[in-house]
Amino acid sequence: MSQLVFLVPLFPLLGFLINGLLRNQLSKSATGFIGSGAILASFIVSVMLFLDVKAGKTGVVTLFDFISFGNIHIPFAFQVDQLSSLFLLIITGVGFLIHLYSTAYMHEEAPPHFARYFSYLNLFVFSMLLLVLGANYVIMFIGWEGVGLCSYLLIGFWFKNNEFNNAAKKAFVMNRIGDLGFLLAIFYLLAKVGTVNFSEVFAHAPELSVATVTIITLLLFVGATGKSAQIPLYTWLPDAMAGPTPVSALIHAATMVTAGIYMIARSNILYTMAPVSQSVVAIVGLVTAVLAATIALKQNDIKKVLAYSTVSQLGYMFLGLGAGAYTGAVFHVMTHAFFKALLFLGAGSVIHAMHHEQDIRNMGGLRKYLPVTHITFLLGCIAIAGIPPFSGFFSKDEILAAAYETNKIYWVIGVITAGMTAFYMFRLYATTFLGKFRGTPEQEHHLHESPAAMTIPLVILAILAVAGGWIGIPEVFMKDGHWLEHFLTPVFAASYKLKEVHAADHSTEYMLMAVSVGLAVIAIAYAVNRFSKKPDLQEAGGIGKVLANKWYVDELYDTIIVKPLNGLGKVLDNIIEKSGIDWLVNGVGKGVQYGSRQLRLLQSGQVGSYVLLMIAGMIILFVLQFFLKK
Amino acid sequence: MPVNYYIFVSIALFCIGVIGVLTRRNAIIVFMCIELMLNAVNLLLVAFSKTHQVVNTVTGANPGIDAQIFVFFIMVVAAAEVSVGLAIIVMMYRNTHSVDINFLNRLKH
Repeated sequence: MSQLVFLVPLFPLLGFLINGLLRNQLSKSATGFIGSGAILASFIVSVMLFLDVKAGKTGVVTLFDFISFGNIHIPFAFQVDQLSSLFLLIITGVGFLIHLYSTAYMHEEAPPHFARYFSYLNLFVFSMLLLVLGANYVIMFIGWEGVGLCSYLLIGFWFKNNEFNNAAKKAFVMNRIGDLGFLLAIFYLLAKVGTVNFSEVFAHAPELSVATVTIITLLLFVGATGKSAQIPLYTWLPDAMAGPTPVSALIHAATMVTAGIYMIARSNILYTMAPVSQSVVAIVGLVTAVLAATIALKQNDIKKVLAYSTVSQLGYMFLGLGAGAYTGAVFHVMTHAFFKALLFLGAGSVIHAMHHEQDIRNMGGLRKYLPVTHITFLLGCIAIAGIPPFSGFFSKDEILAAAYETNKIYWVIGVITAGMTAFYMFRLYATTFLGKFRGTPEQEHHLHESPAAMTIPLVILAILAVAGGWIGIPEVFMKDGHWLEHFLTPVFAASYKLKEVHAADHSTEYMLMAVSVGLAVIAIAYAVNRFSKKPDLQEAGGIGKVLANKWYVDELYDTIIVKPLNGLGKVLDNIIEKSGIDWLVNGVGKGVQYGSRQLRLLQSGQVGSYVLLMIAGMIILFVLQFFLKK
Repeated sequence: MPVNYYIFVSIALFCIGVIGVLTRRNAIIVFMCIELMLNAVNLLLVAFSKTHQVVNTVTGANPGIDAQIFVFFIMVVAAAEVSVGLAIIVMMYRNTHSVDINFLNRLKH
C-alpha cells in the first residue's frame, strides 16, 4: 500500500494540470468536479495509508534519484509515518471540504477564472502534500516554495485590485525572507552532516556539537517564522485576507501556516538537543500569541479578527513546540484546522450573504437569517475559546500544561492570551450574530442562508470541531485516553528519551484547567453581555487605537525597511542605472556609429587611393619586420 | 658583374612602376606601369638565378634553370593578363568615352 503513496500528491497535480490547461474549454461544474474530486481521491488514498500506518507499516518510499553529485545523494522519496499520515488526513480532508465549499462560493466568477481558481487550489494542496511527504529537507523545500508561490497566486487572485496585488507581493516577499533561512539550514546540514535525509540526519544528530545544532535549528526556525507567520514575519498573514475567503481558510487551517509547525515537529530531535533554540521558539511563539491576540481585540473586519486569531493560535503551537510538547503542538494543529476552517468558511458564508460586506459593525442579528451558519460558527467559537469538551480545550490545555512545566511565566501569559482569545472571538460572534441588524435595508432584503454545498462542509467541520479533541483526552480524565500521543510516540520517541517530559500531578493539572476554563468563561460572558446589546461602533481611542492600528507594526516596517529600500531603489535607478549603465550601453552604440561613419570615408571608390593604402601598409610591414625580427 | 647592380635597376624599375600607378590617371599608362613592376621582378629572378646557379650545382639540382623557366611562365601569364586588361580598357572607353581611372569610382556603391 505504501508503494501507492505517490498517488496522494499525483491527483491534485493532475487536477491542477487539467483545470489549468483546459480552463477555456471546461464548464464550471466540470471544473468544480475535477478540482474537488482530485482532492477527494487523495483523501481516500490518505485514509488507506493512515490505516496502514496504524497497523505499523511505516517506511520511506524512494521514487527516483533527484540530485546526485560527489558524496551527496538526494533521492526523491516520500516518508510514510505517523506524523506525515496524520497531516495528510488533515490537508486532504479539510482541503476537500474547502474545495466543495468553493464550488458554491466562487460561482460568480467567469468559467476561465473559476478554473484558474481551482487549478491554483489544487496546486496549493499538491505543494503542501509534497512538503509533508518529503523524506528529506530538499523535497520538503520544494513543497515549501510551492506553497509560497500558490499563496501569492491565490491572495492576488483578483489581480485587478492593486491593493490585493500588494498583499500578495507582501506575502511572497516575507515568505522568501523566511525561505532563505531554511535554505541556509539545508546547506549547513549538507556541510556538517553530508545528507539531508530525515532518517540519516536524525541518526547522526547526537554526533553534532550543540552549537552546530543550535545554528541549524535557529535557521530552520527563521524559515518557520516566515511560513507560519511568527514575529517578525507575521504581518503578511492578516493582509492575506485579500484573497477569496475559502483560500484564507485553506491557508490558515489546512495548509501553509502549519508547515512551520510540521517542520519543527519533524526535526524534534534537533530542537530537543538545542535548549537555546527551544527557548527562542517558545518565547517567539508566546510573544506572537499575545501580540496578535491584543490586535484581534480591536479589529472590525470579520476576516481580520480570524486572521489575527490564527497568528495567535500559531504562537500557541510554537509555545508547545518550544516547551517540548510536540504531540500537543501537532494536536493543536489538527483541532485548529477544524475550528479555524469552520470559522473562516462561516465568515465566508456571512460575507456571501452580506454581498461582500466584511465590516462587523454593519452586521448584527444574523442569527435569524443564517441559522446553520450561526450554529456552526458558535460551535467554532466555543472550540477555539477552549471550553470542554470541545476540541480546542484538549489541545490548548496540553500545550498550557507543558508550558507550566517548563516555565510558570509562559503559563501565566498563555492563560491570559487564552482569555483574550475567548473575549475577541465572542466579541466577533456577538457583534455579528446577536443584537439588531445594522446594515442597509437592501442588504437585509437579500440576506439568505448559503446553499448546501457551503453548509454541508460547515456542518462536517462543526462536528469535527466539537469531537476532534476526543482522540487526545488527558490522563486525568481517562486512563490511556490520549490516543494521539500513543499514536505519535514513534516519531517523538528519540526526543522523549533525551529529555523526560514530566507530567504534572493530577491536582495541579485540574487547577490549571480550572483557571484557563474559568477565565475563558468569564471572558465569554462579559463579551456576549457587552457586545450583543451595545456593540462598539465608534472608532477606538487611546490604547484601543494603537491596537486597532496593529501596534503600528506595519507602519514601523514601512518606515525602517520598505521606505529606505524604495529610496535605495530610486537612487540606484537614477544614478547607477540611468547615468551609469545606460550611459555605457548607449556610449558603445554611439561610438560604433561614429567610428563607422569615419571609416566609411575610406571607401572612396578610387582605385588609386586603395593602391596607395596598400602600398603604405606594405611599407609599414616592411619597416616593422626590422624591429620584430630580433 | 655583382648582383647588386641588377637589384638596383630592378628596384628603380619597380619604384617607377609604383609611382606611375599611384600618380597617373590614364588607365593605359597605369597598365604599362604595372607591366613595368612585373618585369622588374622578372629581372630580379633572372639575375638571382644566374648568381646562385654556380653555387647550387654541387647538390646536383639546378635551381637557376627553374627560376628562368618560371620567368617564362610569368611572361606568358602577363601576356594573357594584358589581353584581358586591354579588353577591359576598350570596354571602359566604349561606355564612358574616357580612360580616366578617377572617373570610375563605382566600386564605392
